[in-house]
Amino acid sequence: MSFLKLSHLEKSFGASHVVRNFNLEVERGEFISLLGPSGCGKTTVLRMVAGFEKPDVGSISIAGKDVTALGVRRRDIGMVFQAYALFPNLTVAQNVGFGLKVQGTARSEISARVQEMLALIGLPDKADRYPYQLSGGQQQRVALARALAPRPKVLLLDEPLSALDAKIRVSLRNEIREIQKALGITTIFVTHDQEEALSLSDRVVVMHKGVADQIGTPFEVYNAPATRFVAGFVGTLNTLEAEVIDAATGTVALGAQRLVLDRPLPPGPVTLGLRPEMLHMEGGPAYLTGRVMASDFLGSVVRVRVDVAGQILALDQFNSTRRAPPRVGEELRFGLNPSDVLVIAPAG
Amino acid sequence: MTDQTPHSRPPRRFNPAWLGVLPFALFVSMFLIAPTLNIVIGAFQTPDGSFTLANIQGLFTRSIMSSYWISIKISVASAAIGSLVGFLMATAVVLGGLPRGLRAPLMTFSGVASNFAGVPLAFAFLATLGPLGLVTGVLRTEFGINLRAYGFNILSFWGLTITYLFFQIPLMILIITPALDGLKREWREAASCLGATGAQYWRMVALPILFPTIIGTFALLFANAFGAVATAIALTGSSLNIAPIMLFAQIRGDVLGDPQLGYAMAFGMIVITAVANVTYIVLRIRSERWLK
Ligand SMILES: Nc1ncnc2c1ncn2[C@@H]1O[C@H](COP(=O)(O)OP(=O)(O)OP(=O)(O)O)[C@@H](O)[C@H]1O
Ligand SMILES: [Mg+2]
Repeated sequence: MSFLKLSHLEKSFGASHVVRNFNLEVERGEFISLLGPSGCGKTTVLRMVAGFEKPDVGSISIAGKDVTALGVRRRDIGMVFQAYALFPNLTVAQNVGFGLKVQGTARSEISARVQEMLALIGLPDKADRYPYQLSGGQQQRVALARALAPRPKVLLLDEPLSALDAKIRVSLRNEIREIQKALGITTIFVTHDQEEALSLSDRVVVMHKGVADQIGTPFEVYNAPATRFVAGFVGTLNTLEAEVIDAATGTVALGAQRLVLDRPLPPGPVTLGLRPEMLHMEGGPAYLTGRVMASDFLGSVVRVRVDVAGQILALDQFNSTRRAPPRVGEELRFGLNPSDVLVIAPAG
Repeated sequence: MTDQTPHSRPPRRFNPAWLGVLPFALFVSMFLIAPTLNIVIGAFQTPDGSFTLANIQGLFTRSIMSSYWISIKISVASAAIGSLVGFLMATAVVLGGLPRGLRAPLMTFSGVASNFAGVPLAFAFLATLGPLGLVTGVLRTEFGINLRAYGFNILSFWGLTITYLFFQIPLMILIITPALDGLKREWREAASCLGATGAQYWRMVALPILFPTIIGTFALLFANAFGAVATAIALTGSSLNIAPIMLFAQIRGDVLGDPQLGYAMAFGMIVITAVANVTYIVLRIRSERWLK
């Protein structure tokens, strides 16, 4: 029995159908990311879990109890917002202790818990500061401590890092993940940053136009995308239009070149997906050739653009002192493993 | 390029943009600073121009003190009621889920009404709630309610207070609405996630954040009412001896005919108004620190 269960959620605002038949089961202690482009309904799903929005259809249960009709206050949810949600008139300690205070916890217990939480987020000496005296990253850590202090059953984070600059974003996301693991708290994390979702989560929900296109581990979502949208949205993907000329062996034609994919494919046109890092300048077992259109030396990586039968492919190669980057205009023969090639369902 | 040495600073040049504010500066010095200085100096001068504290001492007579006192009472009453009613109205419109279309007309009306003072306002109130006013008449003839019999008189403490409310309430609405907009949705949502009731959120978060603005605006409304001389004179003539009317009498030479005492009275009003305005500014700065 899963700890948090969202069943058949539907939500419309006026004429726009924002969330459609959304199903998700989250295990206790699991870290789940909702990943998707702006406007796909991530926040709306989160707000339904918190109780700020009522689903039109469907139900939500937490720890085996149906909370669909329960008010926000009674759901035992901790929430961290995108930015600036700390109470500006209260100190850090008062912010963190707010939840316990309104629930009538004894003062000594509150201050012990506040100390504990401030130690957990690494800001034990900032108890008497006001929010405006803290940096953005520190404010978000306090917001996390405030959400966790009353020991909620579920932690919801809505793009908590998106207002911070890149460096702090990476260190804070790792810190959030460590705290989440240490407390073993069931967490839903909303982001439109795929790197964030892939690096942090036990499982990722890729959302597209209000629908969960795929739910899987970061490895599954990246390497075996369930839909064309997931394949394109998560990671960089080269798409190639090709023609299946032998259905049994899965042989496809790319102009005059042939590629054997070793799997049965329906005859006719097909879209292939190739990750840039799956293409190698040496080694096969299969090969393609193309003309180099651009060759960018990015330091640790060389990104080459190759024209294969009129279609452009990006190819990533680790830098090596033993091999100069290919030159523009030269013919490049590069290798790939046919099992790495994704066959993408026709656009629909 | 000129052959300046790298360390020599360019000479300070006059920025012609200052010319743009010149008319304003002239206006302020001619019609605000100069007369104020004139009053302050006059308050400490004998008619022949030597220094004296007698004028200030002259303020501490029964009639003048009581005129200050009744002015302060009317100003406090109209500022307190104006703040409260204006706050509740603005809260209802901004946070109460009323139709958004209500907001623009309310703000426009407030902008106009908060400047509606002086003789036109006094006339409007006399014509409606005065002894022969329209509302007074309709209440008496159609409903048999005699306002007079209930002790209501537009030419009285409450009459003046109610008249002042006509510009006090809109002024409060104008100032408090942006502050209410500054209350972030996340604060209320975070509070309810943490288990707070609506009342707890207001008591622990929203009101403390708004408090400096509310008190500051109260001070501003107080100063506003305290200085509203034209409305008072037009409305009550000399039947209610509030400070501005006493002052007016001194300067016109009606009662005591002592212009130096008039200066001292005006000086007292400037002091009281200044305290109220400084209070407003200080509290305003405090609340803005939070809301950024
Ligand atoms: N209260 C509301 N009233 C009307 N429309 C809304 C409301 N909340 C959200 N929407 C609409 O629903 C759609 C989904 O919004 P949502 O905030 O869930 O997207 P999101 O995935 O969180 O996007 P973002 O990454 O930009 O935060 C958007 O088109 C938005 O305009
Ligand atoms: Mg969102």
